[in-house]
Amino acid sequence: MAIALSAITMLVLIVLFIIKEGLPFIFKIGITDFLLSTDWEPAAGKYGIFPMIAGSLWVTLGAILVGVPLGLAGAVFLSEFIPQWAMKTIKPTIELLAGIPSVVYGFIGVMVLAPLIREYLGGPGLSIMAASIILGIMILPTVMSISIDSIKAVPNSYREGAFALGATHWQTIHMVVIPAARSGIIAGIILGLGRAIGETMAVIMVAGNAVKLPNSPLDSVRTLTANIALEMGYATGMHRQALFATGVVLLIIIMLLNYIAMTAIRDRGKKK
Amino acid sequence: MKIKIIPLLFIILGFFTAYSSCGKEKYTITAAGSTAFQPFAEKLADQYMQLNQDTGVTIQGGGSAVGIQSALSGAADIGMADLVTLPPEAGSLSATVVARDGIAIIVNLKNKVGNLTLEQIQGIYSGVIKNWKTVGGNDHSITVVSREAGSGTRSSFEAIVKNISLTKEAIIQDSNGTVRETVINDANAVGYLSHGLVNDKIKQVSVNGVPCMTDEIIKGRYILVRPIFLLTKGAPKGKVKNLIDYILSSQGQETIKSSGLIPAK
Amino acid sequence: MTVHPRYTQTIAIFVLTLLTVLTLAVLVFIIVFVFGKGLPYISYDFLFAKPEDMGRSGGIFPTLIGTVILPLFAIIIATPLGVGTAVYLTEYTRENRITRIIRFGADCLAGIPSIIFGLFGFIFFVTTLRMGWSIMSGSLTLVFMILPTIIRTSEEAIKAVPYSYREVSFSLGATLWQTVRKVVLPNALPGIVTGIMLSIGRSIGETAAVIFTAGSSLRMPHSIFDSIRTMSVHFYILAREGISNKNAYATAAVLIISILIINLISYWMMNMFIAKKTK
Repeated sequence: MAIALSAITMLVLIVLFIIKEGLPFIFKIGITDFLLSTDWEPAAGKYGIFPMIAGSLWVTLGAILVGVPLGLAGAVFLSEFIPQWAMKTIKPTIELLAGIPSVVYGFIGVMVLAPLIREYLGGPGLSIMAASIILGIMILPTVMSISIDSIKAVPNSYREGAFALGATHWQTIHMVVIPAARSGIIAGIILGLGRAIGETMAVIMVAGNAVKLPNSPLDSVRTLTANIALEMGYATGMHRQALFATGVVLLIIIMLLNYIAMTAIRDRGKKK
Repeated sequence: MKIKIIPLLFIILGFFTAYSSCGKEKYTITAAGSTAFQPFAEKLADQYMQLNQDTGVTIQGGGSAVGIQSALSGAADIGMADLVTLPPEAGSLSATVVARDGIAIIVNLKNKVGNLTLEQIQGIYSGVIKNWKTVGGNDHSITVVSREAGSGTRSSFEAIVKNISLTKEAIIQDSNGTVRETVINDANAVGYLSHGLVNDKIKQVSVNGVPCMTDEIIKGRYILVRPIFLLTKGAPKGKVKNLIDYILSSQGQETIKSSGLIPAK
Repeated sequence: MTVHPRYTQTIAIFVLTLLTVLTLAVLVFIIVFVFGKGLPYISYDFLFAKPEDMGRSGGIFPTLIGTVILPLFAIIIATPLGVGTAVYLTEYTRENRITRIIRFGADCLAGIPSIIFGLFGFIFFVTTLRMGWSIMSGSLTLVFMILPTIIRTSEEAIKAVPYSYREVSFSLGATLWQTVRKVVLPNALPGIVTGIMLSIGRSIGETAAVIFTAGSSLRMPHSIFDSIRTMSVHFYILAREGISNKNAYATAAVLIISILIINLISYWMMNMFIAKKTK
């Protein structure tokens, strides 16, 4: 009890800290101006973070489009169709990849991916597309690893029951195994989503960080996290508060996403 | 099993704490701030420590604002800042100019443009000039590379060039090194960085016909120049003064000059 | 649903195979790419010599030490806290508003960008508590960062332990704490270890939060109140500042090998544990 509460106290402390530093600023310049203005020129006293909100959403959406289908398919395939001995080498490899620093992924993005995009698709190369692909690859191991664990945790009797009723292996998977493992899979996706929206250094390296509303996936964007990390080193006074306020917005977006995901789990659970 | 491991680990932790209390005989000076000056500071610190074995010098980056804040809060003994004008909150700090630094305008090696006027630079960074053709280059759109808002290099650059309202298309990079890497990789890019960090993988363009070279900066003909300040709480004293004096000595200034920065005087 | 189940099965397996092969190919490419560029430069000297000229030449020994110490301290502190919280959430309370709030908080924090933890650590540990840029500030900041991951994965692992196990234990007269210690935790261990390994990976790979709290000094630390540079930070600085691509790749390769070693050790520990249990 005491341990649980001390952990929670730590978590609450950091949330309060961010809100305390950022919220007064939002009220001072007005919520709509802060959220909906597209001008971010701290030197001129213009603090609009709409381009960064759009940037974060685009990049995260892209990462999910790349990472979740691949990760899920991989998890299902590896846990249902691969013999145990092969799994013993593949799972550690995946966990190894989860441990590779994001900066390494980012650097590969800069050296390999961005030049390819610049050459074959146009634009500056450092773009939404590059960031989405790199982030998608980055969250793959997380999504896969946790999904595999929860698919493996589904009792074998469930599968045997389905087979006994004459279901094919695939029917068993998508009608019995995946629904049973859903809570774990969603936890994996949320962790992956969190990593994607919260990733900073890799995104700074590959997204180009231009402050503008993107017109295409080939445009350069700046995410909320990049905005904080890029300018915090130099920011003072109002500018610094504005960056903490950016942190508050980020926090709220993450809370909303989690809330949506959690209600989705609960509602489906009720329907059954 | 776990129950047994945890106390063991705490013992190791305790050992480290104990080790720390008896291992700390050396006096350590911490300097933090400007990423542009950081490489040079590391070099100077190494030399200083060879001469003064009893003193350790730790150099941290973070940016000019971190330099100012950590000097104010006491997190660092010396704050390093590279702004043309120091912000008002740095007013209570004692500032010593230890070097000057040229800001070089750089383009990709494949770019044939060799000179830009201040007006052209202002046009490019404001998004008015969008194609290299306009300034005598090939028919390609310009990829503008700039630094993050608040960067010492950027605010100095904008203060000297004047009237820049940065184009929204600009790619933003967070250090001199990354600006350089971006320009190396993109044939149509233009960027600016600390003169000391120009290498042979990029091409430097002259500004108003004057190349960014140490001699031209000393003569005052090259105009994109900013000072580098070391900030201390109150006038520097003791070991800190000793270090700053070393940097200002002819030996320290020689190191600064040979590394590509401009001596203070 | 007019298509025969056997055909949907064939199609599904085909698509799954294709996606899995693609996934594994991408992941293998990354490892091969880094190893190909980095392995040739790794030598005894590179690992155990001190860096020269900001890492342009010389070795990476101090960063190796930093990479071991920082995550180690963070895990030592965060594991009891995180697993304790997970046990409390799953075993000691019924699902109610408070547990939902706690879980929701943990999920949100898992998504907070590390840079915010870095700022928090900078203001709180480095400045307010006057710890300076140090191993101490860095690892405490990492504790905040990895706690949510440990809580969430441990919780999932504990939840996955079948309820019948607990019932058997209770029927034998065991107390709740005995049940947790002897039955629930051992069975949830593989999942908990997965969570800890993810966290170690995250702390080793962290750059933003570490630069702001542990600093980036390339010198050998003398105490836990000295600044230190981890390999990730070293890699980031080498690669981004264009100091030395060759040393950057070599550092990245060493990083990946270290993570491999850590993973192997945890697997070995886990297997030993399982072997002991089944005896």
